[in-house]
Amino acid sequence: MRHELLLTAIALILLVTDIMLKPSQKPRIIPVAMVLFSIHTIAGFFPAQEGILFGGMFRATPLISMMKNVLNVGVLIILLQSYTWLMKEENRDKMSEYFILMFSTLIGMYFMISSGDFLMFYLGLETATIPMAALAAYTHHQTKSAEAGVKLILSSALSSGILLFGLSLIYGSTGSIYFSDVALFYGTEPMQVLAFLFFFSGMAFKISLVPFHLWTADVYEGSPINVTSYFSVISKGAASFILVLILYKVFFQLIDVWQEVLYIISILTMVVGNLFALRQKNMKRFLAFSSIAQAGFILLGMIAGSQLGMTSVIYFVLVYIFSNLGAFGVVSAIEAATGKINMNDYDGLYITNPKLSLLMMLAMFSLAGIPPVAGFFGKFFLFTSAASAGYYWLVFIAVLNATISLYYYLMVVKAMFINKTETPIATFRSDGMTRAGLILAGLGIVVVGFWSQVYEFINSLSVGLLY
Amino acid sequence: MNILSLFVLIPVLTSVAIVFTKNMKQTRVASAIGMSIQLILAAILVFLYLNERQAGNTAEMLFTYDALWFPSLNIHYAVGVDGISVAMIALTGVVVFAGIFASWNMEFLTREFFISLILLATGVFGFFISIDLFTMFLFYEVAVIPMYLLIGIWGSGPKEYSAMKLTLMLMGGSALLMVGLLGIYFYSAPETGILTWNLLEISKINIPIEMQRFLFPFTFIGFGILGALFPFHTWSPDGHASAPTAVSMLHAGVLMKLGGYGAFRVAIFLMPDAAQEQAWIFLILTSISVVYGAFGAIWQKDLKYINAYSSVSHCGLVLFAVLMMNQTAFNGAIIQMISHGLMTALFFALIGMIYGRTHTRMINEMGGLMKVMPFLGVVYVIAGLASLGLPGLSGFVAEMTIFFGAFQHTDFFHRFLTIMATTSIVVTAVYILRVVGILLLGPIKNDHFLHLEDAKWHERLSTITLVLAIAAIGIAPLWLSDMINVSLAPIVNKISMTGFEFTSLF
Repeated sequence: MRHELLLTAIALILLVTDIMLKPSQKPRIIPVAMVLFSIHTIAGFFPAQEGILFGGMFRATPLISMMKNVLNVGVLIILLQSYTWLMKEENRDKMSEYFILMFSTLIGMYFMISSGDFLMFYLGLETATIPMAALAAYTHHQTKSAEAGVKLILSSALSSGILLFGLSLIYGSTGSIYFSDVALFYGTEPMQVLAFLFFFSGMAFKISLVPFHLWTADVYEGSPINVTSYFSVISKGAASFILVLILYKVFFQLIDVWQEVLYIISILTMVVGNLFALRQKNMKRFLAFSSIAQAGFILLGMIAGSQLGMTSVIYFVLVYIFSNLGAFGVVSAIEAATGKINMNDYDGLYITNPKLSLLMMLAMFSLAGIPPVAGFFGKFFLFTSAASAGYYWLVFIAVLNATISLYYYLMVVKAMFINKTETPIATFRSDGMTRAGLILAGLGIVVVGFWSQVYEFINSLSVGLLY
Repeated sequence: MNILSLFVLIPVLTSVAIVFTKNMKQTRVASAIGMSIQLILAAILVFLYLNERQAGNTAEMLFTYDALWFPSLNIHYAVGVDGISVAMIALTGVVVFAGIFASWNMEFLTREFFISLILLATGVFGFFISIDLFTMFLFYEVAVIPMYLLIGIWGSGPKEYSAMKLTLMLMGGSALLMVGLLGIYFYSAPETGILTWNLLEISKINIPIEMQRFLFPFTFIGFGILGALFPFHTWSPDGHASAPTAVSMLHAGVLMKLGGYGAFRVAIFLMPDAAQEQAWIFLILTSISVVYGAFGAIWQKDLKYINAYSSVSHCGLVLFAVLMMNQTAFNGAIIQMISHGLMTALFFALIGMIYGRTHTRMINEMGGLMKVMPFLGVVYVIAGLASLGLPGLSGFVAEMTIFFGAFQHTDFFHRFLTIMATTSIVVTAVYILRVVGILLLGPIKNDHFLHLEDAKWHERLSTITLVLAIAAIGIAPLWLSDMINVSLAPIVNKISMTGFEFTSLF
């Protein structure tokens, strides 16, 4: 429970501090929030007690703590990267809301990942979703942002409906909502298969898998960039975590069914995500679609249904957090400094801002899965996991898709390094916090791959996976 | 410290040193020092290797070092060399050394250029020392990706198109390769054993024949794309033509050899049964590569395109020989890789130097260059003669051995293809002599050419290194083929155990 309690406390402290600060002192909330959250992130890594609470509704295992820590690291980087944007005049009177909303969704995700029954799972999911809509509409004076908020809340209401219908069918067919009981009574009767499909569709909305992805592009584009990176990294990561946990634990009897589902959906997601990403000129939309394609790769790792599958998914999400936040961080820094967001604005960036370009290049290579950066290892282990279950053709299709994705990632590299322009983005220097966020992401991209202990540690936690 | 790990460490350290250099002079001096050390190290390695063998060490791989990297997947950082890899490492050392001096006057973004170039070399060295399939694959991709920047930033002509085409096609190759390698890994242990990525351990078992049939095409084509296997060779002419000098040298000289080496070391060595069964398909394709490349070179007017097509032809010959699967042909394939690596690097270096002076690569715009730059002219003729297989130079030894080995097959199919492939020698002579005639001899067509200077010291150093190596192999091929032959024994043994009769197919 440490994660949840600490974070709740932090959110409350921020709320109270915000009330006590005079309007001119508002920016002081930022360092306070950063420091508190850093402490929280570090505290998360200390070993915590294992066990079950609330009669089985809440579970804590080292693996689950690890998942939460992965999310924490991502959120920390996002917070650091949002500094410049938060300091803007327009956001001055609502700084603390940004933190409180973000922490609330994070608490929701914690509960979701820790859930031991479908009720807690659903509560966590909703707690995570509703503040997210507020975050999407954070710059509410912009129509696009407000629109993003409404779209998000509508589509998640729909997906929650579908999900709940699936859950009620599950309850109807097994008489229990506890994961352990459901797992015992679950078979392959048609109604149970149907229930699973409804459940999976609901989750597919959250992870934005094809064909449930259409809300993503608009919401991602409309939201402020740091919120977008939160959606595409943290929210997606958390949903993938809980999906893999539930697939492996609750629906293990249905493995033949969900392997088939994952097979089809992962191919669809990769292909469609890639095809859409190919033509994007706006960096935000570009990263949004490329993150749809990446979700397809995550599914690919899940398909094995083994320890290897679990490890590869968690490891990939970790790597993906670093790489995608590296990319988002650069885009956000450039947008904050110059307001430019299109790919052709990046022409000649290397001449004026070499360090940013290098980080962006590393992030692009990592997303595309090029060695020696971490993305290569992440993808490689996902493929290994799929191949271990004998899905060689799926691996082949996936690697081909990785090659296609390399094309558009290289387009960004091309813009920065090869294209020439009369009016490149002027040289600028971001503030310390943003730079710290970028450096953290960059370090992650470089180190996490080579440093095999990270992978092995996650693997050692995934051992006691199936109960 | 294991001597082999130094081959990866030194380029990395050189790159780090380059980051701290302040101007172009410092940068190139740093790169030159780093790569000279590398070349000396390669020489020492050859020496040590021969010494070990003389002392009676019969281990398959020498200087091995093995460190567990990812225990749960049994991924190791495992290195080791046999005669074949030592030869390839020596080749790489020479070509990279020559490449640094050939691009001595790189002015635009000098640091970045040399770092990318050396990073590429790191990948190549790493690939040749690896005996773990995972690290091999990792280094393979490390070697491919800097090409994009090198061609895209410093190239000429339609460089962005060529760079993208090359990168995507090679990465498509690695997609195939990934499937092949993963398949090999999951069938690397019979029944209950522990899965392994180690080449030597996998070679001790037999992968089930159904899996071999499935995995062999993936692996072979995956490597074959890098070795310019028809019809996947199209990246090669465009890529080579657009790349800057040193990159063409390295790419045609060394990187394409990764394909041949990998096809031989991984695809054929680990899956000999499927290789025997399916060889005929790929033999037809490689024969097409050989002949088509040679004819393609005839029609070209751009010096780099001529050489790029000739590379397709010569690298096709490597894969052709590998698929013949007997000791002599293997031997020829390895010598051909080294010989072609040296002479094509020499060609590209010369073309770069000529282009730097005349600012054109079209042969019909040039003429009589021998009169104004005798040094470069003579070296060009030497390279040409090596390429068309004149005795006394390396090309002769290689091609002779290959066709000798190929002709050991007595059936109609193999003989026919061999005879077809030998025609490439004649065609090679046609395009080489034609270029020499137009480019170097005859009247000087452009007055501006009268004032051109001959080679500078760094250009002489670069070309002489390569010429010496070519001549050395041509005059004394025995030490090289001896070195290779010992290491071929386990591979040939494994193939002969399969007992597959090719003639039964026809």
